[in-house]
Amino acid sequence: MTSSVVTHDTARRADAPGAASGTDIMSCPPETGPEDRASLGPISDEELSRLRVVPARHPGRIVLAVLVGLLAAAVLWSFVTNPRWEWGVVAQWFFAESIIRGLLETLKLTVLAGAVGFGLGLVLALMRLSNSSLISSVSWTFSWIFRSTPLLVQLLLWYNLGYLYESITLGIPLTDVTFVDARTSDLMTPMIAAVLGLGLHQAAYAAELIRGGILSVDQGQIEAASALGIPARDRSLRIVLPQAMRAILPTAFNEIIGLVKGTSIVYVLAHAELFFTVQLIYGRTQQVLPMLLVATVWYVVITSLLSIGQYYIERHYSKGAVRTLPPTPLQRLRARLGRRPVTAGAAA
Amino acid sequence: MSPLTSLLRRRSADGTQSTADARPADATSPSAALPSSSADGPRGGLVEIRGVHKSFGDLEVLRGIDLTIAPGEVTAILGPSGSGKSTLLRSINHLEPVTSGLISVDGEVIGYRRDGDLLHELREPEVLRQRTAIGMVFQSFNLFAHMTALENITEAPRRALGVKRTEAEAHARELLALVGLSEKAGAYPRQLSGGQQQRVAIARALALRPKVLLFDEPTSALDPELVDEVLAVIRSLASAGTTLVIVTHEISFARDVADTVVFMDQGRIVEQGPPAQVIDSPTHERTRSFLQRVRTDSPTATTSEDPS
Repeated sequence: MTSSVVTHDTARRADAPGAASGTDIMSCPPETGPEDRASLGPISDEELSRLRVVPARHPGRIVLAVLVGLLAAAVLWSFVTNPRWEWGVVAQWFFAESIIRGLLETLKLTVLAGAVGFGLGLVLALMRLSNSSLISSVSWTFSWIFRSTPLLVQLLLWYNLGYLYESITLGIPLTDVTFVDARTSDLMTPMIAAVLGLGLHQAAYAAELIRGGILSVDQGQIEAASALGIPARDRSLRIVLPQAMRAILPTAFNEIIGLVKGTSIVYVLAHAELFFTVQLIYGRTQQVLPMLLVATVWYVVITSLLSIGQYYIERHYSKGAVRTLPPTPLQRLRARLGRRPVTAGAAA
Repeated sequence: MSPLTSLLRRRSADGTQSTADARPADATSPSAALPSSSADGPRGGLVEIRGVHKSFGDLEVLRGIDLTIAPGEVTAILGPSGSGKSTLLRSINHLEPVTSGLISVDGEVIGYRRDGDLLHELREPEVLRQRTAIGMVFQSFNLFAHMTALENITEAPRRALGVKRTEAEAHARELLALVGLSEKAGAYPRQLSGGQQQRVAIARALALRPKVLLFDEPTSALDPELVDEVLAVIRSLASAGTTLVIVTHEISFARDVADTVVFMDQGRIVEQGPPAQVIDSPTHERTRSFLQRVRTDSPTATTSEDPS
């Protein structure tokens, strides 16, 4: 009981000076200002219902938009009118069979190298976070080596593995049991060398990227899961990783998009992906620029599709991280189309 | 049980009103409040803490704690911050391994297998199994942010105990009703108020039907007006037979709900006994000065007495 008295007393004492100074400050402006500024006065419901909001205008934005629009139009105009771009040649080759075949090869490389890269990257990231210093240092060493050597060197090394090791034998040591015994140069096709080179290189980067995402998840989440007796595997895969995805995804898509274009380096192995195919063609026809444009436009198409995928995947993983999910562009469009008639009706 | 009634009455719809009236009756009888748990035998766990020391580097946080918490008893641990009360609580479920000493629940040593004088450190799966009998409610809730309230509650039964999804969800819905959040099953933690989040966290801890429930300052992260709804839920559990250990700053709540109050300071238990003794007529000067300070600081110390 005594405590309640004390609380109230201190509260009152604290209030008193604040209130006094507050009224001092507050009372000044109304006295000097016009009398009718002090209150809104009576407003009828009918008057309230007549009130409308006029959106603020941004003249600066309009001017800027016009300028940017003009600039874009000028660039576009030069694309269209300058005959040296040779759009006719681009159109002629764009869907050519050899180009499409090269494109599929590029996609295949991207998917395989991406799968190897991110699959191994995840394992490396978890290894790196292991309490065992041995496991953790194995992972560190892998990343160290594969991040330190140029991709080109790695590709050439894998492709020429046959020079270093003539044959590859897989079996049980000290016995005659062998499962695989093959000449390295037969195994190491340009495709395998490319997937290994790109994939292992990617894994080293993906490992760091995934580890960063995992570290960004609040420690309390892991603690709560441990306290609930949730097993370690489920803790990683069901509690931590889904939340880490938010931090991982934007950079991961950067890496994947980089990988799509990075596959073009495989031309050194004479593997017929998109870029190598294009080179072959312009070597023959001497139409260098238009053929490069063919490849470029295809890369732009792939990247655009990936960006759309990225938007939806990021949106999926942001559930729970934001109070309400923002509408998708489609939903926004539908809402806008749906709202039009309503406002039109109200205005009419 | 009036707090629980008022908690549920906060909802305006008429339809929910009738269930709200039925609920307090459920909560009074232990078997009904936590429906299928009576099958597991006696629910409250006996917690024994013997000579526990804990150091972080040079800093000795716990300096010899001996404490026995009887099955089904409600124990409130009070003390200034830095007194080691949270560390003690976290060591009960082995989130914080102790430096020396033993902690057991129903005679089973936590974190170790005792073989004469040897303590074999348990592997993680065994520790996790022990933890399923010891629920924990955190100060900052620690709800899984990417899961709905319902998923938060079903996750541990499904992953740790292998309960089937439909079964886990049915139980989770009962628990949500118990904490008065039936309509929030599909809400994500960020869409809930602090008080609601903590109530979901309590339901999540209850989902494993623990023998012991640990509360680590469950209302400290809450706005004052949200404190009572959480305390009301804890109060309803107090009569349900689970052993509760509550680290709290809510003195009047402790007096109201606890069978035993433990006052800690500088890593030691200074005083322990029934609330009438420790809170109303403390014998130690340190207890007295702490209680006086806390009471004058916290406005809820006086208001939360009113409902009961």
